Amino acid sequence: MKKIVIYEEYCIGCRLCEISCLVKHSRSGKIIKAFKEEYPRPVSRVHVEEEGYLSFALQCRHCVDATCIEYCMTGAMHRDEKTGAVVCDEEKCVGCWMCIMSCPFGVIQREKKERRIASKCDLCGNDGEPSCVTNCPNEALSYEES
Amino acid sequence: MAKSLLFPEFKIERDSNRCISCQVCVRQCANDVHTYDQEDDTVTSKEEQCVGCQRCVTLCPTNALQVDTKKTGFRPNASWSIQHLRNLYKQSETGGVLLTGMGCDQPYRIYWDHLLLNASQVTNPSIDPLREPIELKTFLGAKEEMLDIDWNHDFPVVKTKLAPQLELNLPIVFSAMSYGSISYNAFRSFVEAAREVGTYCNSGEGGLHPDFYPYGNNIIVQVASGRFGVHRDYLQVASAVEIKIGQGAKPGIGGHLPGEKVSSDVSRTRKIPEGSDAISPAPHHDIYSIEDLQRLIYAIKESIHYEKPVSVKIAAVHNVAPIASGVIRAGADIVAIDGIRGGTGAAPLVIRDNVGIPIELALAQVDERLRQEGIRHRASLVIAGGIRSSADVIKAIALGADAVYIGTSALVALGCHLCQKCYTGKCNWGIATQDPYLTKRLNPNIGKRHLVNLMRAWAFEIKEMLGGMGVNSIQSLRGNKEHLRAVGLTREEMQILGVKPAGEGW
Repeated sequence: MKKIVIYEEYCIGCRLCEISCLVKHSRSGKIIKAFKEEYPRPVSRVHVEEEGYLSFALQCRHCVDATCIEYCMTGAMHRDEKTGAVVCDEEKCVGCWMCIMSCPFGVIQREKKERRIASKCDLCGNDGEPSCVTNCPNEALSYEES
Repeated sequence: MAKSLLFPEFKIERDSNRCISCQVCVRQCANDVHTYDQEDDTVTSKEEQCVGCQRCVTLCPTNALQVDTKKTGFRPNASWSIQHLRNLYKQSETGGVLLTGMGCDQPYRIYWDHLLLNASQVTNPSIDPLREPIELKTFLGAKEEMLDIDWNHDFPVVKTKLAPQLELNLPIVFSAMSYGSISYNAFRSFVEAAREVGTYCNSGEGGLHPDFYPYGNNIIVQVASGRFGVHRDYLQVASAVEIKIGQGAKPGIGGHLPGEKVSSDVSRTRKIPEGSDAISPAPHHDIYSIEDLQRLIYAIKESIHYEKPVSVKIAAVHNVAPIASGVIRAGADIVAIDGIRGGTGAAPLVIRDNVGIPIELALAQVDERLRQEGIRHRASLVIAGGIRSSADVIKAIALGADAVYIGTSALVALGCHLCQKCYTGKCNWGIATQDPYLTKRLNPNIGKRHLVNLMRAWAFEIKEMLGGMGVNSIQSLRGNKEHLRAVGLTREEMQILGVKPAGEGW
């Protein structure tokens, strides 16, 4: 399957990946509307980790041996058979946060919606290249076959 | 700090309807212009610190920002321009020599814009470069006066030992920008692009980082008055060695590398202490005459076993033609001439803007003088300083150049926005900086791709123009001033350029 590969030596810490992820997962899909009019504001599923000049954008690694799937009590967290991506079925998610507790990368978070559900990178629904990769101005993220 | 008399140069307009307070501008500005106020969830800007590099404008995801030159309310005055006033305020506050970067930005006449190219009509056929081959291959180095040829049955065999040559796929070389003045990633973009395109890049005077030794076949190394990082391996690994006497942006003075840009890696490459200013002496202290230059040229030729050409780079100054002649007689295989619009990483503003002459005039005069003396073949002419497009390249070739150096054009391809702040070491584009936060901003893979694209595009355009003239090899255009005509120039200027006025036939 194709995965997002991180090239931290080119990450410039601008966080445009976070912005594009947020917009991609917003209701309107429009950047100004997503930031100014959508409440609660959608959350980005990618996060730039920074220490000194080292920075990189981290999102779900879609582990082969995914602890979040193992720990999910409702079976909401599952592997998409077609794409191999680890995704959360929002209908089944009850917001127990076991996935958040178990994720070794800390890339799952709480979605600020009416219901308590887990939010994580879904590779943009396998809708071509993920938004964070497309919008990185310095090619610090790339979508590669692994 | 008390309010300075220096007024902001730029006006930052933020469209609040569009600004989403994402803080990309805050994070991208090395000059700390933008700040985020968490309480109000707004971003504010300090215009005093803005250098107009356009980084924030380019990266703003909602195009909420516009950075413009700020209109001042000064009473209009043709003599006392805003720039003069700024400089006066700045110097009265600092007491220092004003530094700047990039090439001269003053409105001296740009002769390229007054030269027009010819094209074939009826009496001679033009050539379609998409259907017929057009040759851009260029060889730089001394050419023989005469070839001694033997015949092996029907095959000619050249008996003369040919002088070493640089082989270029197109008559464009990336000009001297040292590691130190530009970042590691910028340097890597250049060497990799040079290899891919089949041309050369000049190392500048800052030595050669060990990582770039494998690219020696595409590198011209420079020996300047500071002799930074010059040693046997440095000379031997390169394809050619260039002795830098002068630079178009600052004729008469040596290179400047402010200590801010001397990082540990740069210090190791240059063999100077970290953080110290690298100020090259104005002259080479072993060159006070053409004879001295000859000794250095031959010392270098000895060290590289006469296997590679030696170039001498001089700035275009008033007496450039006889100087070039002397340089060739001293043994240079290539003469590089840098005009007043040549760029720099750091130079005194007053020198950049007031010293030297335009490259077009220098080139025409040097070419003419060398022809008159019958030594034009003894060296190739490479010119630099303000080559902005493929049209400038082809006009330069027609005026007599063998190839051109491009510096600023190449930097623009890497993202440079000509803010002229190279000397501060705070280049927001990751080019002219050694700050690890900033150097990351130039991904050498993207940089290389942009440079290769630019060279590819220019090569196509040059072929189109050559084809239009009915010339199928760049060699046939070299010094062929009949392909040029002048518009809007004085008689003296046309005489110096050796170009007829537009409208005059053969």
